[in-house]
Amino acid sequence: MKVTAEPWVGRALPRFEDEALLRGEGRFMDDIEPVPHARHAAIMRSPFAHARIESIDATAALELPGVLGILTGDEVMAMSRPFTAGVESGVPYYAAASGTARYAGEPVAVVVAESRYLAEDAAELVVVDYEPLDVEQLPIHERFFSYGAVDAAFEAADVVVRGRYDVPRWTGAPVECLGVIADWRGDALTAWANFQGPFTLHSVAAAALGLPGSKLRLITPPDSGGSFGIKSSVFVYVVLMGLASRKLGVPVRWTEDRLEHLAASAHATGRSTELEAAFAADGELLGLRYAVEEDVGAYVRAPEPATLYRMHGSLSGAYRVRNVAAHNRVLLTNRCPSGLNRGFGGPQLYFAIERTMDRAAKQLGVDPAELRRRNLVREFPYTTPSGGIYDSGDFEACLDDALELVRYDDRRAEQVAGEQIGIGIACVVEPSVSNMGYITLALTPGARAAGLPKSGNAEGCIITIGPLGGVSVRLSTTPQGQGHRTVAAQIVADRLGVDPAEIEVSGEMDTSTNAWSVASGAYSSRFSGVGAGAVAAAADKLAAKIAAIREHAGEEISLRRVAGMCHWNPESLPEGMEAGLSAVAFFSAPHLEPPDADDRVSSSASHGFIVDVAVVNVDRDTGAVRVLDYVTVHDAGRLLNPLIVDGQIKGGFAHGAAAALFERIIYDADGTLLTGTFIDYLCPTAPDLPPLTIAHRETPSSAMPLGAKGLGEGNTMSAPVAIANAVADALGTDGVELPVTPPRVWELLQQ
Amino acid sequence: MIEVRVNGRLRRGEAEPRLLLSDFLRHELGLTGTHVGCEHGVCGACTVELDGLAVRSCLTLAVQADGCEIRTVEGLEWGRLQEAFRRHHALQCGFCTPGILMAATDLLARGPVTREQVVDLLGGHLCRCTGYEPIVSAILEAAG
Repeated sequence: MKVTAEPWVGRALPRFEDEALLRGEGRFMDDIEPVPHARHAAIMRSPFAHARIESIDATAALELPGVLGILTGDEVMAMSRPFTAGVESGVPYYAAASGTARYAGEPVAVVVAESRYLAEDAAELVVVDYEPLDVEQLPIHERFFSYGAVDAAFEAADVVVRGRYDVPRWTGAPVECLGVIADWRGDALTAWANFQGPFTLHSVAAAALGLPGSKLRLITPPDSGGSFGIKSSVFVYVVLMGLASRKLGVPVRWTEDRLEHLAASAHATGRSTELEAAFAADGELLGLRYAVEEDVGAYVRAPEPATLYRMHGSLSGAYRVRNVAAHNRVLLTNRCPSGLNRGFGGPQLYFAIERTMDRAAKQLGVDPAELRRRNLVREFPYTTPSGGIYDSGDFEACLDDALELVRYDDRRAEQVAGEQIGIGIACVVEPSVSNMGYITLALTPGARAAGLPKSGNAEGCIITIGPLGGVSVRLSTTPQGQGHRTVAAQIVADRLGVDPAEIEVSGEMDTSTNAWSVASGAYSSRFSGVGAGAVAAAADKLAAKIAAIREHAGEEISLRRVAGMCHWNPESLPEGMEAGLSAVAFFSAPHLEPPDADDRVSSSASHGFIVDVAVVNVDRDTGAVRVLDYVTVHDAGRLLNPLIVDGQIKGGFAHGAAAALFERIIYDADGTLLTGTFIDYLCPTAPDLPPLTIAHRETPSSAMPLGAKGLGEGNTMSAPVAIANAVADALGTDGVELPVTPPRVWELLQQ
Repeated sequence: MIEVRVNGRLRRGEAEPRLLLSDFLRHELGLTGTHVGCEHGVCGACTVELDGLAVRSCLTLAVQADGCEIRTVEGLEWGRLQEAFRRHHALQCGFCTPGILMAATDLLARGPVTREQVVDLLGGHLCRCTGYEPIVSAILEAAG
């Protein structure tokens, strides 16, 4: 047995994933051919935001040599059931539109041919007769929440700060688009897709197809080209291509193109928040009152309206305020259905809270850093008014670190001396490992009581030691670049005493063979908490068995010999011990109960903390914003691999800075998408992103076995508002909107 | 039918006039290391070397490459650049990486480079995972 002096966990180990990717040997969705001779699909999509589909005439298309057939929205409706979601909207959602198309880009039919080129030719020959309709907004969900004595808090207030804080739609835009291969045989569907979880959506897809879960075998390819939440929406296309395969009797493959992706994969919700905040004269935050309007697009697609409830336990942000009320409304609009997107609800929430803190500081005549300090949560674990449990932290120390790193006092002095800069702060609690039950907050306590309660966050893992002593680990966390395979190898290496380079870790999901549950997948930054927890639990089971065998053998025999006994000579094992050397384990973080009768919920298992400070310069002639300095201090508990940790922070920051300065999905008044290409939807490149200074504190999580919290989404939540605050500070105005583009800043400068 | 020399080997394949070079490489020749991210010339994931120049294979027709010499990520030798990418964690999902490696190889072959040149080069590539800074550091380290 190889004994390592220093544990592998905690080391900045370069990734085992990298070599194949750098050699061009990755296997992404469009690279794989798991079934022979799959035919190619092209999807016909509505050019209108809202239109009646009068007729579809595919005669000419079907005569084209090489065309196998067409599947229309009417057939989709006949062959499947509507997708279920967290709330009943009254507008049934199928994998393709039947009768009425409700957003520009909605599938109306699928054409299948011998090649993608032919399928697209054929799609052009299909004549769809549309009758355009006016776009509409449909309110479909409303709930009121109140915790503490909110009215009394506002009556006692010395200062009330009111404002409206809009966060537009935007999207993570992974460089690899969605893809599916569907093979319907007999009474079952096998589908390959670059899906990312949550596997609740596997159940949603199976139910739509009318299949028991065991008859929908969903497999992910070895590599996935980013997701940031967006690829969860591929489940809709698993159903659509599954039905095409079923109807035409051939395997069908489809790779989304970029125009389809921007129009019809998923966007973050557009949210308008009116927030009132009550303060005492000394700066104590006494109460918060939210009125939120959420645009989820044309359909409530599962897991929506989860964006609205993911942060519910953190409505009070990083602060000790005990009186919080929220009035939540969800609107259907003629736009792309919303879905998971890095930060998921966080950017929207913190844009309102942290803009409010800056505006309040101004009104109260207190420095914005000082106002935050007076209100930060100080003792842990801390239960928020809405039920969130902040497991550990030292918020004030993080604030001190950030202010020191950015030389806050010097910067303020420079500002007073006439330097044209603005300084923006954001204090953000970063939840990780979602409670699968938080979505049921969308139901009233009475409605929840009538159904089965939902909770939990389980993740599974399988570890097998083969007859020659080789260790294989099978994850169900569907990584898309986060380095799960490397970190899993580090965890197992420590527990089994083997070199991590000798451990084979697979990130491929196969619902017929993996250990998984509804919560499985890569979202809500859950790997370092429960993903790692499941790996550790499986490794611990094996380690215990190995120890028992060694004890039975009476000597410190090698792992290879232990494996040999288990496989080649099970008769030599201790009495009653089972043969083989495999362990399946599930791990669930504690304290994730279903919402209680008072609508309190511990919406996430673990909470990290971030303080960001941005220093910007605004060009008064052009309105261009330059970020001169950006400091982020994280407390994400124990760091499992600091190299990967900083990579996740840099990536989360890139998405946050993009939302602050560049990216916005724009529809015109008729519901036509104006940002449908990478020319119009401006993703930042290397020259556009500011430098980033990262620092860490490590207060171990009390909720997770390895003490690690999630950290991949925090800066996506914090950077938009930190930069917006800095711009508002530079301009001396309240009216900044996201993204703070040069034309908008220039307009503010003219006021 | 067109004939190209890819990564040193003579290859023939069917190419109707409208076939993109990216699709020819991936689906006719099975060289799936070249990735397709936008098909309108913005993301840079499909970048390959055509007669010594880095080009976007999604904006190139396969027939335009007839008789040409092509190098793809599969044809790059493992070396300082790849090692530097690994050390700097300059890739996460790795989907944009082949295009960036091809563009960086082209740049590094032209002689000494500055940080500004590297940043400018990456202005032609989208990476949604890394925030670019680790990629800049890796290319500069490889430039030595």
